[in-house]
Amino acid sequence: MRTELSPRLKLALYGLLCVLAIPFVFPTWWMVTSSVKPISQIFAFPPELIPHTFDWSSYADVFRLQPFAQQYWNSCYIAAIVTVGTMAVSSLAGYAFARIRFPGSNLLFLVVLLGLLMPTEVTIVPLFQMSLKAGMVNTHWPLILVPMLGGMPSVFSTFVMRQFFIALPVELEEAARVDGLGRFKIFWTIALPLARPALAAVAIFTFLQSWNLYLEPIVYLTSPEKYTLPQALTQYVDVYQGPMWNIQLAAATLTALPVLVVFIFAQRQFIEGLAHTGLKG
Amino acid sequence: MARRESLAGYLFIAPQLIGIVVFVLIPLGLVVYYSLHEWNVLAGTFKFVGPANYEKLASDPSLPEVLLASGLFSAGLVVFNLSLALLLAILVNQKLRGIAVFRTLFFSPVVVSLVAWTIVWGFLLQANGGINGILAMFGITGPNWLRTPATAMIAVITVQVFKNVGLNMVLFLAALQGVPRELYEAARVDGASRFKQFRRITVPLISPTILLTMIITIVGSLQVFAQIAVLTQGGPGMSTTVLVYYLYQQAFQFHRFGYGSTLAILLFVIVAVLTFVQWQMRRKLVFYEN
Repeated sequence: MRTELSPRLKLALYGLLCVLAIPFVFPTWWMVTSSVKPISQIFAFPPELIPHTFDWSSYADVFRLQPFAQQYWNSCYIAAIVTVGTMAVSSLAGYAFARIRFPGSNLLFLVVLLGLLMPTEVTIVPLFQMSLKAGMVNTHWPLILVPMLGGMPSVFSTFVMRQFFIALPVELEEAARVDGLGRFKIFWTIALPLARPALAAVAIFTFLQSWNLYLEPIVYLTSPEKYTLPQALTQYVDVYQGPMWNIQLAAATLTALPVLVVFIFAQRQFIEGLAHTGLKG
Repeated sequence: MARRESLAGYLFIAPQLIGIVVFVLIPLGLVVYYSLHEWNVLAGTFKFVGPANYEKLASDPSLPEVLLASGLFSAGLVVFNLSLALLLAILVNQKLRGIAVFRTLFFSPVVVSLVAWTIVWGFLLQANGGINGILAMFGITGPNWLRTPATAMIAVITVQVFKNVGLNMVLFLAALQGVPRELYEAARVDGASRFKQFRRITVPLISPTILLTMIITIVGSLQVFAQIAVLTQGGPGMSTTVLVYYLYQQAFQFHRFGYGSTLAILLFVIVAVLTFVQWQMRRKLVFYEN
């Protein structure tokens, strides 16, 4: 339906687009601007869309009230390990299911796909119990191992990688096989470098999944220096358990802005990558 | 050679397979086993009670409310999300200068931390918050969104839709761009209106994507937890206590691991049935599939 539009229709479309953009943009703007307003101003009427006085004290409070730098690091390193680990696990498995013939591969693929049907919420009670037995409660291990090896993100990534390798022409690898290269060598030197777009998609998808985990951290982690960011954000409350809004918003800004900035610079990879995983999945 | 090849295959899938066995299959077996037990973690009781938890589930006075909340949330989310996603995809598919900027804006909440996004909306939706402030400038007195049963559900759905609709938008956009342009040209020559072109060409040709996004969105909607925990804690009353939140309350706040496991089985059955039904619907709803 891409046809040339009349100027009046164009103007109407721009108007519609701008109105529709408000609920997508305004919350982020409001988060950033409210976080630098003095506490007396954040519920001011009429709402102050552009702050005229700046008060950075809520940012100091973010670090004063909780070990926020430590919590930031926790989220970063957990997401990094899960992302790299999932790329390794899922590209190996995806490649094998797409290329290597071995007895039972179809059945095993169905078993793996079962993981797609299984929201982690279903197995959270036994996983907690297993972690307790293994001494992993209040450690980051369950947040790393489960998503990377057996959780929905890892299974989904395997599926994406398999679809990608199926679509990749096999001739490129056959020449190498005639030369007597082993499977792993072929995978590592020929197939994997070609799979960069799929790997990028898997990486973005997995990173966002890990970065957003909320149920799992609040179930497994009990001490503030172990908390991850989503969990830490909700801990800035007063003695009546009411949110300390300016501090929560400052912490939320610190959490959200870096990823947003990366997104703005790499938006093509983000959008096409996630569209790719969705389409093929 | 064939044996070495098989060995390579097993080694390649080993990490994933071990993960599935340890973190999916064994826990699934355990959850069934736990559901047959009366297990209070605080009291330290653990005894076999057979189907008692399932009988309790059937007569749980909260269950109808929980299922209603889950049903309303999922239905509202899917309808709102898919129709908005399709509208946005059609809009950003137009030939307009600067359209990529809008595509980026609509997509941007996808990369914002879920809890950060939820906190800001919670802040905006306070009785004296930004949304009611803006309404008041037009002389409208807004409700206390998160403390009124009807608006609380609308609020949690809305927060979730704006967070993730960008993802479905790009899926629809890719599908729209895959529709051969000659079809529209032929239809125009035959005098078909824009609306007719949309109904007779666009919708049938993107129907596989509609079904796919519907499955992803429904299964995702059944997993909603953080938004509920941060915005409403299941309230007011039980109006936003969806199944996963109820499961979390029973298992981890009231320490009833046995009953919590029974609720987990219910969740699993619902997800499995929905996925199966939608997969079957594919034959009826989807016109073209490659």
